[in-house]
Amino acid sequence: MRSFTYARADTAEQAVRDNDADGCVFIAGGTNLLDLMKLQVETPEKLVDISRLPLAEIEEREDGGLTIGALVPNSDLAADRRVIEKYEVLSRALLAGASGQLRNKASTGGNLLQRTRCYYFYDLASPCNKREPGTGCSAMGGFNRVLAVLGTSEHCIATHPSDMAVAMRALDATVVTLKKDGDKRRISIHDFYRLPGDTPHIETVLEPGELITHVELPAPVEGARHVYRKVRDRASYAFALVSVAGVVTVEDGRIAHAALAFGGLGPMPWRDDAVEAALVGQAPSDAAFGAAADALFRDAQGYGHNDFKIPLARRTLIATLRELTAE
Amino acid sequence: MHFTINGQHHEVEADIRTSLLDLAREHLGLTGSKKGCDHGQCGACTMLVNGRRINSCLTLAVMHQDDEIVTIEGLGQPDKLHPLQAAFVSHDGYQCGYCTPGQICSAVGMLDEAKKGWPSHVSADLTDAPLDDHEISERMSGNICRCAAYPNIVDAIAEVAGLSDEQRQPEREVAA
Repeated sequence: MRSFTYARADTAEQAVRDNDADGCVFIAGGTNLLDLMKLQVETPEKLVDISRLPLAEIEEREDGGLTIGALVPNSDLAADRRVIEKYEVLSRALLAGASGQLRNKASTGGNLLQRTRCYYFYDLASPCNKREPGTGCSAMGGFNRVLAVLGTSEHCIATHPSDMAVAMRALDATVVTLKKDGDKRRISIHDFYRLPGDTPHIETVLEPGELITHVELPAPVEGARHVYRKVRDRASYAFALVSVAGVVTVEDGRIAHAALAFGGLGPMPWRDDAVEAALVGQAPSDAAFGAAADALFRDAQGYGHNDFKIPLARRTLIATLRELTAE
Repeated sequence: MHFTINGQHHEVEADIRTSLLDLAREHLGLTGSKKGCDHGQCGACTMLVNGRRINSCLTLAVMHQDDEIVTIEGLGQPDKLHPLQAAFVSHDGYQCGYCTPGQICSAVGMLDEAKKGWPSHVSADLTDAPLDDHEISERMSGNICRCAAYPNIVDAIAEVAGLSDEQRQPEREVAA
C-alpha cells in the first residue's frame, strides 16, 4: 500500500473542504477501497475519513418515503423494519451480498461506489482501460465468464458488483450529494451511473470531491410484490452471475406496475424501460415474460466465456416474474 | 494513536497504513487474530468493534481510535474459556485451528445479530427468522475453514445458542 495523509472529518461540510486536491478520496467502511489500496489499484494521496459524520440514520419522510444516511451500514439497512416492510427487495438484495462482517462495515454510499471485480482490473500486470486509461482491455479476449453482456464498449466489459444498487434502481432511488462549493444535488439513480464508452474509468456523474450524504427512496408502490433473485457460483458469499430485482403489481389479472433491475449483466445496475413496457398491461404468462427477456437482450453481446449469461438471465427473469405474479 | 482493546488502553506509534489486524498482531502482541487472505474473504481476522463483527484486515487502525475493540484474547483465556471457546473444544470445531479465533469472534457477533432479530439471506420471513442449522451456515459464510470442520462448528454454535434438535432441523421452505 502506498502511504497517504489522513484527515478525519466531523461534518459533511468539513469533509468536502478537506477533500482539497486531486488524489483525495473519502473513506467510510473502506472494505473495497482498502482492498484496492493494498493491491495499489488505488493509490490515493489523502484519505478523508467520513466514518464519523452524523449520517447513519434512516428517517421516514412526510411523503411516505425513506431517507437513508450514506453511512448506514448495509446490515442495519437490511434489518430495518421499515425497509423490510415497505422495500423488501432492498433487504433481500443486501442480505444476498457479501458476508456478515462486511455488511457490518460497508456503508450505503460506499456500496453504490463499489468498483468492479473484473480480474484484470485487479491485476496490475494486465492492461485495463478502467484502471489505466488507454492501455486496452484484457478481459475482451481473456477470462470473461463473470463479465458484462449489456452496455459494454470496445474499451471495457466490466460489471458493476453491487446487489444493493440493483434494488435501488428497481426502487427509483435518488442519490443526494454535497458538492465542493457547498451546493446540494439530487441525482436520480437512473442518471447516477455512466456507461463505459471510451472513458470506463469514470463510472458515475459525481464531480471530484462530491460527497454522497443520503439516498432517498420514494413512497413504496402500493400492493407490490418484491423479489430479489440472485444466481451465483456458490450458495453464499459470492458475486452475482445474474441477479434480478423485481417490484410488480397485478390488478384485475393484468400487470399494472413493473420495475425490474438486473445485476451481473452490465457496467451499472441495469434497467431498461423496454422490458417493463413489454409487461405492463399484459396478463402474466410465459409468453409475456419471454417477450420481456427478448426486449432486455435485443442488443446483448457475449464475449465467449460469458455467453451463458444471456440464456441464464433469460430463465432467471422468467422465474422471477412467475414468482412476482403467482396467485 | 490510542486504542482500547480488550478493555486495556494502549498508546501506539504506528504507520498510518496499519490495519487493525496488524496493530493487534504486530504492535500489541495479540496474535490470536489471524491473517489468512488479508482481503476480507476468509474471516480469520474477525474482531468485535463496538460489539459488531468486522474483518480487521480491511480497516485502518487509525479509524478505530475511539472504539471498543475485542479480540479472541478478550473473549476468554485458557483458564476461563468463553462458552463458544468451550463448545468449539468439546465439539472438535476445528482441525488446524487457524480459522478458529475468527470463527469464534464471528459467532459471538452473529449470535448477537440473531438476538436482535436480524434476518439473513435464507430467512423465509424477514421479520421472524429463528436460528437453525441452515441459518447458522448462511450467517457464518464469511468464515472459511480450510479443514472443512463446518459440521462441528455448527454443532458448537447451535449448542451455545441453546437450540434443540427440532429447532436445528425444522421443516423449512428454502428461500430462493
